[in-house]
Parts: sequence; C-alpha cells; structure tokens
Amino acid sequence: MSGAGLVAILPLLLLAGTPVALMLIITVHRSHRSALAWTLLGLAASFASLRSASGVAPQQVTPLLVVDQYALVYFGMIIAATAAVAGLAYGYLEQHAVEKEEFYILLLTAALGAAVLAASSHFVSFFLGLEILSISLYALNAYIYPRKTALEAGIKYLVLAAASAAFLLFGMALIYAAVGTMEFSRMASLMMETAGPNRTLLLPGLAMIITGMAFKLALVPFHMWTPDVYQGAPPPVAAFIATVSKGGMFALLLRYFYRLELHNYAPVVVIFTIIAIASMLGGNLLALLQSNVKRILAYSSIAHMGYVLVAFIASGVLAVEAVTFYLVAYFVTIIGAFGVVTVLSHSEEDAESLEAYRGLFWRRPALAGVMTAMLLSLTGIPVTAGFIGKFYVVAAGAASSAWALIIILVVSSVIGAFYYLRVIFALYADTTQEPAEVPPRVAFGSSVLVVLTLLLIWLGVYPAPLLHVIRAALPG
Amino acid sequence: MILVWFIAILLAAGILCWVVARWSAAACRWIALAATVADFALSLVFWIRCYPVNLLQQRDWLRQVNWTWFPEAGIHFHLAIDGLSLLLVVLTFFLGIVSVLASWNEIRVGVGFFHLNLLWVLAGITGVFLAVDLFLFYFAWELMLIPMYFLIAIWGHERRVYAAVKFFLFTQLSGLLMLVSILALYFIHHSATGVYTFEYSELIGTSMPLHVAIWVMLGFFIAFAVKLPMVPVHTWLPDAHTEAPTAGSVILAGLLLKTGAYGLLRFVLPLFPAAAHWFSPIATILAAIGIIYGAVLAFGQTDLKRLVAYTSVSHLGFVLLGIFVWNKLALEGALITIVAHGISTGALFVLVGALQDRIHTREMDRMGGLWQTIPRFSGAAMFFAMASIGLPGLGDFVGEFLILLGTYKVSVGLTVAASIGVLASTLYGLKFIQRAFHGSNVHHWELHDLFAREVVIIAPMIAILLWLGLFPQPVLNTFAPTMNKLQQTAAQQYQAVDRGQQ
Repeated sequence: MSGAGLVAILPLLLLAGTPVALMLIITVHRSHRSALAWTLLGLAASFASLRSASGVAPQQVTPLLVVDQYALVYFGMIIAATAAVAGLAYGYLEQHAVEKEEFYILLLTAALGAAVLAASSHFVSFFLGLEILSISLYALNAYIYPRKTALEAGIKYLVLAAASAAFLLFGMALIYAAVGTMEFSRMASLMMETAGPNRTLLLPGLAMIITGMAFKLALVPFHMWTPDVYQGAPPPVAAFIATVSKGGMFALLLRYFYRLELHNYAPVVVIFTIIAIASMLGGNLLALLQSNVKRILAYSSIAHMGYVLVAFIASGVLAVEAVTFYLVAYFVTIIGAFGVVTVLSHSEEDAESLEAYRGLFWRRPALAGVMTAMLLSLTGIPVTAGFIGKFYVVAAGAASSAWALIIILVVSSVIGAFYYLRVIFALYADTTQEPAEVPPRVAFGSSVLVVLTLLLIWLGVYPAPLLHVIRAALPG
Repeated sequence: MILVWFIAILLAAGILCWVVARWSAAACRWIALAATVADFALSLVFWIRCYPVNLLQQRDWLRQVNWTWFPEAGIHFHLAIDGLSLLLVVLTFFLGIVSVLASWNEIRVGVGFFHLNLLWVLAGITGVFLAVDLFLFYFAWELMLIPMYFLIAIWGHERRVYAAVKFFLFTQLSGLLMLVSILALYFIHHSATGVYTFEYSELIGTSMPLHVAIWVMLGFFIAFAVKLPMVPVHTWLPDAHTEAPTAGSVILAGLLLKTGAYGLLRFVLPLFPAAAHWFSPIATILAAIGIIYGAVLAFGQTDLKRLVAYTSVSHLGFVLLGIFVWNKLALEGALITIVAHGISTGALFVLVGALQDRIHTREMDRMGGLWQTIPRFSGAAMFFAMASIGLPGLGDFVGEFLILLGTYKVSVGLTVAASIGVLASTLYGLKFIQRAFHGSNVHHWELHDLFAREVVIIAPMIAILLWLGLFPQPVLNTFAPTMNKLQQTAAQQYQAVDRGQQ
C-alpha cells in the first residue's frame, strides 16, 4: 500500500484506532467523562484527517476500498453524526446504572462499519462493513439491559439482521458464481457479457442483495423490526440506527447501483419503484396509528427512506446530489428529534408517550421549540433543512419526469404532516393536569440540540455551501 | 430596500414581542401595534409618493430588491412591487393593525407567542405579495402556514384542533402540488432555453404545448383555489374561520384568502394564458356555483361566525368569476372586491368576536334585540352587513357590480346565476341583522356598547368602505398598469384563438 493510500484511509484508521485506545484506557482508568472526551477527540481527529485525505483522493486502497470525494462526504456525515449521538448519550447514560464507557467503544466500531460501507468497492468490504456495524448495534440496542424492552430490541435486531445478512451473502454468492468477480468496477461489464444459464443467476442474486440492503434501510416490506427496535433501544442509539447505519448503507447502494449500471436492468428499477411506493405510503399510514413518539419517528423514518428512493430512482443529473443533501438534512433532523427524546427521558422510562410532551412548550419553551423545528423539518416546511431536501427530491423527480412517484410522494407527505401535527399540537396544548416529571437539564445534550437546530435552520436558509461540497464530490 | 423593511420590521418585532412578554404583556401589545402601524405608515407614504406619476410609467416594477441566494440553481431573493402588490400590502398592514387591536383584550394566555405568530403570519403574507422569484414565493407561501396553524390551534375555540389540522392539510397538499408545477415549469423553461431560473419575468412566455400547460397550470390553480376558496375545495374554510380567534379570522378572511386571488392574477393568467383561457369556462362555472352555494349556506347557519365565514365563499366566488372572465371591467371589479371584502368581512369578524367576548356565545338563538342594549354596536354591525350584501355606495357593491357588468359581455347565463347569488346575499344579511339585533331583548342582555378601542378599529373601516364605494378611482388607477398587462395577454390569447378558428 502506498503512502497516498495510507493518507486516504487515515480517517478510517483513526476511527478504528480510537475504540482500541479507548478499550486500553478503560482498563487503566474508568471515567465516563474521559471516555466521552477521548471519543470526541478521536472523532475530531478523524474528521480533521478528511482534509488531507481529500488531497490525495480518489485512491483505490487495496481492491476492497475506494476513497473518493464521495466517500469522504459520507465519512464526514458519519463522523459528525456519531459525535452528536455520543454527546446526547452522555447525559442519558449518566441516569442509568449500567457500565457507561463501553458504550462509546461500540458506537465507534459501529461508525467504523458504516464508514467502510461508504467506501466499499468489493463484496468482501461490503460484508465486512455490514457485520462490523451490525454486531456493534446488537449490543448497543440492548445496552440498557435491565429493561425488558431493550433486550427485546436487541434480540429482534439480532435475529432479523442475521437473516438478512444470510440473504445478502447468498445473493453475493450467486452473482459471484455468474460473473466470477467480487469487484464492483469489473462487475458491470461482466454482467453485460454474461449469457446462458449464468445470466439467470443474476436477477435472483441482485434481488437477494437488495433484500439485505433494504433491511438495513428499513424499507417496506423489510421494515418490521424498525418500530420495536426504535422503541426498545436507547434513544441515542435509535438516532444512530436511523442515521449513521442507514446513511452508510445508502452511500453503498448509490455506488453499487451506478457502478453496476443497474438502471439498465428494468426488473431492478421496478423492484425499487415498488419498494419506494410501499415505503412512502406504508410508513406514513402506519405512523397514523401510533401514539408513541419513538414509534412515530420509526415509521416516519421508513417513509423518509422512501422519499430518498424517489430521487434515487429518478437518477437524473440531480439524483446523487438530491439523495446526499436529503440525507444530510435527515441526519440533522432525526438526531435532533431523538435528541429531544433523550433529553426528556429519565431513569425509569424514556419519554415516549405523547403525554410526556403535552404542554411542553409552556414548561420548557426552548426544548419544545427544538422539537417543533425538527418536526417541521420532517414535514418539509421552509426555513428548515427538510424543506430544501424535499424540494430537491421533487426536483430530481421532476427533472426525469417521474410524475407518478412524485404524486405519491406529495400525497404521502401530506399524510405524514398529519401525525407530525399531532405531536406538535401536544407540545403546545395547555395542561390543566399535573405536569409530567421534568428531568434535570442536561447541559451537554442541550448544547448538542442547539447546534443541531442552528444547523437545521442554516441549511434551510442558505444551503449553497453544503451544495458546493456535495457537487464537488459527485462520483464520475 | 423598503420592501425588505416591510418584512424585517414584522419579523423583528415578533421576536421582540415574545421576549418582552415575559415581563409585560402590555408592552408586547404596544410593540406589535407600533410595528404594524410603522409598516402601514411606510406603505402609505410609499403609495402616495408613487401616485400617480410613477404608476403611469409602464415599468415592470415600482421598486425591487434582488439578491443572490443560490445562483447555481437560479434562485434569487427577489422582491418587487407593482400596483397590485402595493394595494394588497397596504391592506395587509391595515388589517394587521386591526387584528392587533382586536386581540387586545381577547388573548390573555401566551400573549408573547401569540403576537410572534400574528406578526410572522403577516410577514409571510407580505412575502407572498412581494416575491417574484418562484422559489421565494413558495417559501413564503409555506411559511405563512405555520403561524396561522398555531393561531388557530392554540388560541382557537372549541373544535380548534380539528379546524387547524384540516386547514393545514388542505393547504399543505395543494401547496405541494404547486411545488411540483413550479418545478415542472422550471425544467420546461430549462429545456427550452438552457437557463435554470425561478425568475418570474423570465418564466413568463415559456412556450409549451397546450396539454402540458394545462397540467402545469392546474398545479398552481389548485393551490390558489384552495386558498381562495373555490367550491368544492372550500370545506376547510368554515371550520378554520369559525374556530380561529378574532385576529385569526380577520387575517384568514381579509388576507389569506386574498393570496389565492393574488396568485391567480399574478401567476396563473400571465404564466399560462392559453391554458387559463382553455380552463376559464370550468373556472367561471365553479365560481358561479360558489357564489350561490356560499350565500345559501350562509343563510342556513345559526352560528354567527360560521355565517360570516360562508359569505366569504360567496364573495370570493365573485373574485374568481371576475378573474377568469378576464376583461377590464371584471378584473377591476375583482380587485375592488378583494379589497372591500377584506375590510367588510374583517370588520364583521371583529364585531362578532367582540360580541362573543361579551355574551360568550356565537349562537344567534341566544341573541335577539341587542339593538336595545348596544345601539352603536348594532348600528356598526348593520353597516357592515349592508356593505357585505352589496348596498350601493359601499365598496363591495362597486366590485360586484363591475364583475357582473364584465361577465355580461361574456355570458348572460353566468351573469344571471351570479345575480341570484346577490339576491341570496340579502337573505343572509337580513337574517344576520334581524335574528341578532332586532326584535325584543328576550334574554335580557345588559351589555357594554362599543369601547373606545373598538371605535378606533371600526371607524376607519367604515370610512374606507365609503371611499371605495363612492370614489374607487385611486385604487383602480394604482391597479391599472398591472391590469393593462393582463389585458394585453388576454387580447393576444383571443387573437390566437381566432386565428386558430379561421
């Protein structure tokens, strides 16, 4: 491996080194505060190294990883989101009688897995990244182990993720059997040339790989685990699953799709169209039935992945740009929303019922304001990042005349507005009954929320700088 | 820069109100009042200085501000004002003052947040009237939704949640359809010229086949028709108007509905002349249905506020008719109706709100004979009810009369239908007066007559309606340049159709 190659994967190396260092530090001196400090330091170093990495990009580092501007943008998103989750988790863990320091180790390895996915150019690194991510998440989901719901979430995720990984592996095996390579870059031309009985292997193979991916992205009909896991997992972990885990997988999906020129495979496009429509409608309709905020956010995240797929399928010039921008906006929004849930949660139970939010505005106006901003961003109202994101997705669809998908997006996002409004209304309802117990203010978590809200509004009002970064990073 | 000030004053004062209200609710009200008065004064001075010299110069805009926002996508922060938007902006600030004063005693909880929402919804509406970049327009269009939602959902009456959610969903759905149309127009324009732009003046004249233009136009039309509201997409209106606090009803009826009419005049006709021309038979028939339907339903109500709400459906039907009849008289009539309806219905909502504050009901059965205890109040109510049913000499009459004249040139049948609506309006007007104010005071109400604050609100509104009714020329002159352009578009359209037939 060349020197430039090492520089290129420096962010990954730092991301891998930090948990190891942390593990050693814990054996010497256990301190929650210093564990967080080391985590943030490692993430900051990794983030800083993106700059030098972008100087040498694009680099193919071994056949497994490709570090180009595109991967680096996703690295940045993953690292920043992980830092925000770590910041939120600190206050939450303080309230629980569990070992706190290992949480950060798992969080960092999960982030590493997601980053590997974003840079993957080979089936092996695809599977490696996926497993690093998943195995860390099994433990993270069940981290508050004295709670039954946490164990349920952990086991559900374990069983279903393992099953989907098996599908994925089988799919990879079929493709490998048909074309004889595991590198994305060579796969496209070989798939074109494949003929005879081998060709029949391609479609089942692709379908199984899509199944594995769709599971991680929680797309309908592979979404069953989502509400239970979001409900049982600690809220910061739910935020992590909704953002980092899905973001890494989407980065891979985009790369895989374009490298393999899958737009030429009509059945694959049809599969994605059906999945997108089912996710948009299914996510939003099922959310209507919920009165648990975590479950509402879970179903809403299903629907939002459907929206992203619309831009993805549209695949015009704007597609990658729109998908990436939407994901950034979605990262900020979802972490913010789960951040409010985190800050409001206390040791006995998480703030998940709508009752916990009733009249919040009159007690904690700032917190309610943050939640309102996040919900409005999910609805796609101006001045929030979600608005620009939705605008972009519709633009990408319109640019390639995908009218049917756009109309479904419009209708389902209005359905979505209905349940976001329900939560917003609860926030502002006047309370005549005793106010729910208000947990102590968490300085660190609150400052994370302030940053996220400012970011949300900044992206909603002046997205040009981020768009420049994304445009510069478009693959090909 | 004055255009930016219009909006900035409201936004800044809104935040200031919210902060100040922690210590003093009164200070918060005074700040809100000062901000709306300042804006109103600014806009009035601007109008007087422009009138009539600048207006007669056939420039595109009287004043504009154009800042880059995201240049790559062709998005600019572009505000501009012409006669049409000037009139509506002046109306906005005037009704802004009215709504601040009307909620002076009514709102007692969350005063700071209330005024934040009130001023921000005004800012959003001002933005809608001034934006000439389609992206910015959509931005403002969606933005005015949220504060309005809060005004209804937090400070509304009994069924406020239902009403607020219904209002939100109707406007959100139609707004998104407009977004799709805006983007379609954007890409069609790009494929024709190679330029990405949301600039209004550049998008005008984008050529496209008629069947495409019809679809794109419909996206805009639905958004504006829902706001207007046109039958059959009006069902959010009676609920929202009835459940909103007084200030909310005034803003809804006086301004929010007008954004729909404004959108039709500013965007639908100039951007899609051919499609609008093709669509005009359908739109005018729906308008005529709306006129009669609104009037008949208004007559059937026993809730005073609901009655006034349904009259809006009827009046705005006239506006829709006038716009799609699309000749000089009808357009002038539509404009006068837009302004006069804003004043007269706004005033009716203020009075009904004040009455509800006194007797805690809106049911007409619980009223009757109020004239004996509050004669001045009842006299004012009578005045505005007469204005609303189109008594000659008052603003609404001029508007509706001009629309009927204009319509007569195009279709006698529609004129007859609309005239039936005028007839029906006397029914609800008289019912309103008779049931609530005339007769004997069976419930033995002893009420306080108009407060000084209420006189301050009501007196100028009476004056304006008289002015519009007796001497509407200044308003028409201000509107003239915009209307001339619309007429030229119409003329070209008719010629094109004639050529097609030959």
